This record gives sequence, structure tokens and C-alpha cells, in this order.
Amino acid sequence: MINHIIEMFSYTFLVKAIIIGILVSLCCALLGVVLVLKRYAMIGDGLSHVSFGTLSIALALNLMPLVFSIPIVIVVAFLLLRIKESSKIKTDSAIALLSTSSLAIGVCATSLKGGFNIDVCNYMFGSILALSKTDLVISAVLAIVIISVFIIFYNKIFAITFDEDSSKASGMNTYFYNALIAILTALCIVVGMNLMGSMLISSLIIFPALTAMQLFKTFKKVVFTASLVSMVCFLIGIYISYVYAIPTGASVVLANLFFFLFFHMMGRVIK
Amino acid sequence: MKQIEVKQLQVFYDKKRVLTDISFDVYSKDYIAIVGDNGSGKSTLLKALLGLVPSKGMINFNVKKNEIGYLAQKDNSLKQFPASVFEVVLSGCIGQFKFFYNKHDKEKALQALKKFKIEHLKNKNFSELSGGQMQRVLLAKTLCTTKKVLVLDEPTTGLDSKTIKDFYKIIDDLNKEGITILMVTHDIEASLLHANKILHINNTMHFFDTTDKYRECEKCSLVRDMYD
Ligand SMILES: Nc1ncnc2c1ncn2[C@@H]1O[C@H](COP(=O)(O)OP(=O)(O)OP(=O)(O)O)[C@@H](O)[C@H]1O
Ligand SMILES: [Mg+2]
Repeated sequence: MINHIIEMFSYTFLVKAIIIGILVSLCCALLGVVLVLKRYAMIGDGLSHVSFGTLSIALALNLMPLVFSIPIVIVVAFLLLRIKESSKIKTDSAIALLSTSSLAIGVCATSLKGGFNIDVCNYMFGSILALSKTDLVISAVLAIVIISVFIIFYNKIFAITFDEDSSKASGMNTYFYNALIAILTALCIVVGMNLMGSMLISSLIIFPALTAMQLFKTFKKVVFTASLVSMVCFLIGIYISYVYAIPTGASVVLANLFFFLFFHMMGRVIK
Repeated sequence: MKQIEVKQLQVFYDKKRVLTDISFDVYSKDYIAIVGDNGSGKSTLLKALLGLVPSKGMINFNVKKNEIGYLAQKDNSLKQFPASVFEVVLSGCIGQFKFFYNKHDKEKALQALKKFKIEHLKNKNFSELSGGQMQRVLLAKTLCTTKKVLVLDEPTTGLDSKTIKDFYKIIDDLNKEGITILMVTHDIEASLLHANKILHINNTMHFFDTTDKYRECEKCSLVRDMYD
């Protein structure tokens, strides 16, 4: 095992992937706690499909993928938040419509442009080989921003997540905080997609929070545990993916699943 | 001093009109009980006042938003939230321009816990409390937020009779200290005893005046029902 690990660190692209992965896992876990508790968990899923659609179009039209995707995904994130506020359309059905439509658009754009090539496949299931130095820089900046937001606004985020109405009634700008969370989630998903793939990235948002909640019942502990679990799962996942030559995204998700089941069982035993 | 002025307030949900023609004034130190049947729009009125649902008409506030504490009608979605009781109560101290809690806030949160006799639950998990205990924690949280106006929607739901008695005492004391109270309730008897004004709505203004006048009010069925 030690040999494997030493070997892994001798490849620069793997070191890059590990750093990006840890940063993205941390970001997703932090945002995930808020999203899951606000019952927005599915937004992550919807956004990842939308970013697949936009990235496919960008590839088909030879546009810069990130530059094209990020604004669109952010706009969609805002729209989804608005749907939540109005009572008429149910968020979960809206997201299902959006997810499948984006996927369909992506698939059509791809096949019009000559079918599934390696780039599109990478966007669907992730590839650590496709990670660039830009990905590294962007994920580092994003991680710094998200961690700062969580430190500075921790108490506000708690108050709004716990009871949005009473926070709003007492004059807090809940729209601003929701928008902030939506934008950061959108960024996180677009950035994490090269690594995890659009089909799998939303699991990084949902799993760690749920896993932490199986065992811990205070907000602070849930936030810390989710972050830690998320990073550990990524490391385990990339190690397994290296040793058994399976896609990184998939093995990270499986590591998360394993941890979830383990925490769930522990939670039952302790009760 | 006139703290809240409401004129010709209307609220629609989608196309359905829930409130029409609501006008009333709230003065500082008022203790207004808001009564009416299920579905008469009491909760909606509070939400419209606080800007949580869109409305037409005029609402004028002479108090700052961050001086208002609001406790919504009990909803069960909070049940699963991972938080300690103290985390919840302390979160009531957060303000518009405030990011971190100081010693004073923690002291205030402790006092609020003591008022509702739940200081022993301080480190318990919120999601593992009984319904009545949860309600007391939420009341304590709301107390921490309140500086001038306290808005409560059926606050005594799920409380035992002893706690309800304590609760009315706490609210009376706050009112004497100068806090304005707006409370939705189905407890007419207690309203007549504690409030100085009654606002009775049935999707429109049915009655708004002092408690004494309400007792003699002919059209106010709720009172008649009570003496039947
Ligand atoms: N989110 C909503 N969307 C659509 N209609 C709603 C919504 N909330 C409430 N209503 C409707 O508005 C009316 C008033 O509801 P409201 O909750 O204000 O009543 P209430 O007086 O508080 O009743 P209760 O005593 O049961 O709490 C009801 O007819 C209800 O069906
Ligand atoms: Mg109500």
C-alpha cells in the first residue's frame, strides 16, 4: 500500500488531481450541509446536468467550456431558487425536467458534432487526465472563497438555514445568502465536473452531509464531520481508482456510499 | 407612539384572495390578540406584515426590522435539524449587521433558556426533544431576537398547562417592560385576560378594538360561543 502511495505522488498529474479533489470535496461538503438542510439537495443534481449540457454545446461550438458554462449555470441556479419561492411548480419535478432536457440537449449537440468523443465522455464521468493547471487555480480560489464565506457568515448561515422566515422577518437579507449559496454551488459543480463527471458530482454534495447527520446532531459537528468525511472519501477513492484502474469519480462515490452505510450502522448501534 | 400602520391590506395566494381590506394601527406597548377561525388568514396576516408573502396596500413600520422577533406557527419540518438547543437559541441573537456572538449574547441566550425553564436542555440535541420542549426552545430563541415587537403565531401549541401559565406571565412581563405583542391565538379566554386589544379576522376585518369592547360585541361569535 505504501508503495502504491509513493508511486502515486511521483506522477505530477496525480498530485494535481489529489489537490483539486481535496479542495472540491471540501467545498461540496460545506455547501452540501446547507443545501441538504434547506431541502435544496436536488439543485446540485439539476445544475450538474445543466453544466453537462452547456459544456457539450461549448465543445460542439468550439467555445471556451468554463467561460461558456459558468454564467449559464449560475443563472439556472437563481431560477431554481425562485421556483422554490413560488408555490405553483414543485421544485423536484422542475429539476427533473431540467436535468433530462439538459442531458438531451448535450447529447444532441454532441452527436451533431460527430458523436461521442473522449472529451464528452470526460464531462460525463470525469477524468483526472483532463485536469489542467487552470482547474487547480480555480479550485484553490473557490476553496478559499467558500471557506471564508463559511467562517465569516457561519452564524448567519446557521440562522437562515434553521429558520429562513424568522431571519427574514428580523431584517436579514435572506435573498443575498441564498444567492451566495446558489452561485457558489454552481461554481463548485462546474469546477468539480472535470474531476468527478457531471453524472457523479452531485453525490459529493449530498453524501457527506447525510453521512455526518447519521452520527452527529449538532450543526458544528455536522459541518466538520461532513468536510472531513468528504476529503477522506476522496483520498480513498483516488487510491482505489489508481490501484484497480477504475474511474476516479465512480470510486469516490463508492467510498462515500461505504462511509454512509458505516455511519448509518454506527448511528443505529449507538442509539 | 404608532409603531405599525396597516391600511387596506390585501393578500392573494396565486389568484385566491385570502385577506381583504385589513386596516389597523399598532402602538408601542400594545398587546394585540389576533383571533379567528381556521383558515381565516391569521398566519397570512402576520406573514404579510413581516414581508414574507407579497401583499397590496400600505404597511408602515416605525420600528426597525431587526427589532422584531417572529415565531411562526408550528411546522414539523424543523424536526430533523441537527443542532444543539444552545445553538438554536443563540441564533436568535444574530442581527442584520452582526456576524459573531459576544458574551452579552450568550448571557442573553442563557437568560431566555432560564425563563422557559429549559436550561437543563442546553446541550441536548434539538431534534431529540419532545414537541413541547421544542416549542419552548423556539420561544426562547424568539425572545433573544425581540427588542421592540414580538410577533407570535399560536405560541402555546403543544405546551402543558403549567408552561402555558408561565408563558403568559413571561409575555405580560415583557409587555410591561415596553415590548409590543402581536399574538395569534385560539385561546379567547386568555386573550381577554391578557391582551389590551383584539383583532378578529375572517378573511377581512371583523372586529378591532379594545378587549372590553370585544366582550360586549354582538357579532363576535367566538365570545358568544364561549358563554353558550
Ligand atoms: N402557501 C399557501 N398557498 C396557497 N394558499 C394558502 C397558503 N397558505 C395558506 N393558504 C390559504 O390561505 C387561507 C388562510 O390561511 P392561514 O394559514 O392564514 O389561516 P389561519 O387563520 O392561520 O388558520 P389556522 O387557525 O388554521 O392557523 C387558507 O384558506 C389557506 O388555505
Ligand atoms: Mg395559522
